[in-house]
Amino acid sequence: MATVGSEALGLWQSGIRKIADAILDLADLSIFAVRIFAGIRRRSSYNTILPISYSVGVLSIPVVAITGTFIGMVLAVQAYAEFYHLGMATRLGQIINISVVRELGPVLAAVMLAGRVGSAMAAELATMRITEQIDALACLGVNPIHYLGTPRFLACVLLIPLLTILANFMGVLGGALICIDVYHVEAHHYWENTRGYIGMWDLMTGLIKPIFFGAAIAVICCHRGFYSEAGAEGVGRAATRAFVLSFIAVLVLDFFLAMFLNNLYDYLWPQGGHLL
Amino acid sequence: MSNSLISLQQTTMQFGAQRVLHAIDLSVQRGQTLAIIGESGCGKTVMLKLIIGLLRPTIGRVLFDGKHLDSLTERELTQQRLRFGFLFQGAALFDSLSVFDNVAFGLRAQGSKRESEIAEIVKQRLQEVGLPPGVMPKKPAELSGGMKKRVGLARALALDPEVMLYDEPTTGLDPIMTDVINELILQTRRQRPVTSIIVTHEMKTVNKVADRVVMLYPLSRLRPGEPQILFDGTPDQLRECPDPRVRQFIEGEARDRLQELARQT
Repeated sequence: MATVGSEALGLWQSGIRKIADAILDLADLSIFAVRIFAGIRRRSSYNTILPISYSVGVLSIPVVAITGTFIGMVLAVQAYAEFYHLGMATRLGQIINISVVRELGPVLAAVMLAGRVGSAMAAELATMRITEQIDALACLGVNPIHYLGTPRFLACVLLIPLLTILANFMGVLGGALICIDVYHVEAHHYWENTRGYIGMWDLMTGLIKPIFFGAAIAVICCHRGFYSEAGAEGVGRAATRAFVLSFIAVLVLDFFLAMFLNNLYDYLWPQGGHLL
Repeated sequence: MSNSLISLQQTTMQFGAQRVLHAIDLSVQRGQTLAIIGESGCGKTVMLKLIIGLLRPTIGRVLFDGKHLDSLTERELTQQRLRFGFLFQGAALFDSLSVFDNVAFGLRAQGSKRESEIAEIVKQRLQEVGLPPGVMPKKPAELSGGMKKRVGLARALALDPEVMLYDEPTTGLDPIMTDVINELILQTRRQRPVTSIIVTHEMKTVNKVADRVVMLYPLSRLRPGEPQILFDGTPDQLRECPDPRVRQFIEGEARDRLQELARQT
C-alpha cells in the first residue's frame, strides 16, 4: 500500500517537474524570439542574409514544387471517383483548389521548410555551438543571436510566402492536369467553378499563415541549435527535435490561425459571401 | 590599491546539479603570464569563460579592470570582451569563411577600419604567427591542426587585445608545433604589454612561458573544507611543491587512479 502511494507520489512529482520544465522552455524560447527580433534593427544582422536566403528560398524550390504538384494530383485522384458518381466532376476544381490554397499549400510549404531548412539550421548552429564558434563570435564583439539567428528568421519569414505561392500554383496545376487531361473534365467548367469559389480572402489567409509558420520554424530551429547538447549525439538530437517541434508548432498554429481568421471573416462580413 | 586586472571573488559555478568551481579567489596582475593547470574536468576552461563573461557565475563576482562583469549591459560587456583575445582549444575558426575572412572578422565587426587597412593588419598578423599569404584564401578544413591554432591566434591578436586567454593551446599538436605555439605566446608577450592566462596540461608550456602557476583540483576529489586551488606560485616553486597530488600531476603518474576510476564506473 505504501509502495503504491510512493509510486503515485513519484509519478505526480515527475509530472509536475515535466510541466515546470516545459513552461521554463517556453519562457526561454520566448526570450530567444525577442532577442532575434531585436536584431532586426542591427546592421550586423544583414551581413549573411543573402547566402541564407539562397539556401532557404532558392534551394527549396524543387522540393516545394514537386510536393505541391503531387498533392494536387493525389487530391484529384482521390476526389474524382466520388464526384463523378454524384455527377459533379466539374466541381472538382473547387474542392481541390480551395484545399490547396487554404490549407495544403501553406502547411506543406512550411513542413518542407522545417524538414529541409529547419533541421539543417539546427544542426549547423549546434555544430557551431559545440566547436565554440558561437563563443568565438561573442569574443569578437558580435552578438551571436543577431548575427546567426536574425538573418535566418528574416529569410524564413520573408521567403515562406513565396514558397507557398509556388506550392499553391503547382498544386492547382497538378490537380488540373489530372482532372482535365486524364479524367477529361471539361476545362471551362473546371476553371469557372474554381473562380467562383476561391476568393481574395482565401488567397490572403493562405499567405498570412505562412508568415507565422516561418517565424515559428526559424525561432524553434535556431533555439535548438544554440542550446544543443555536446557531441555528435547532441547535434543529431538538436536537428530531430527542431523538426519535430517545428512540425507540431505549424499544426497548432494552423488550427488557431484558422479559427481566428474564420472568426475575423464572420466579424467583417457577417452576411457571408466572398470578397472577390 | 593593487595592480590586479582580473579578479575572481568567491566565484562558484554550477551547471544544473553539478558544481564545477567552488569559492574561487584569484587575482591576475597586469602583464602577468598565468598558467592554470589541473586534471580534465576540474573547471579550467569554465574559469576562462567566466573571466571573459561568456558564462556568469552562479555565486560570487568576476571583476575586470575594476568593473563587475555581471552588472554590465550586453553592449558594455561586448566592449569589455574586445579587450580580450581568446584562442580556443579547437581554434573555433568559422568553417564557412576563408582564413583571411576569419582573421578580418573582428576588425570588420568593429566597422572602424577601411578594407585596405584590414587587409594590411590581416597580412601582418598572419606573418607574425608564421603563416604565408598563400594561406589566406584557404578554408579552415584545408588546414592542419597547428595551422588552425596559428590562424586562431592571428584572429585573436588582430584586435590588439590587452589580455590573451589560451585554452589548451598545444593540445593535439606534435612536439615541434607545441614549441612553435609556446614561442608564439612568448613572442606575443614580448611585442605587446599583454596579460596572458593559459589553460594547459603541458608542463613544458608551463615551464617555458608562465611566471605564475595555479593548480585547480576537481571538487569531487577534494577533502572537506579544502580550497579548490591546490597550488599558487611560480613554476620553480611548483617543481618543489611537496603536495603528493601536485607531484602526481607534474610527474604525470597514474598511481592508484586507474583503480579509482574503475571503482567509480
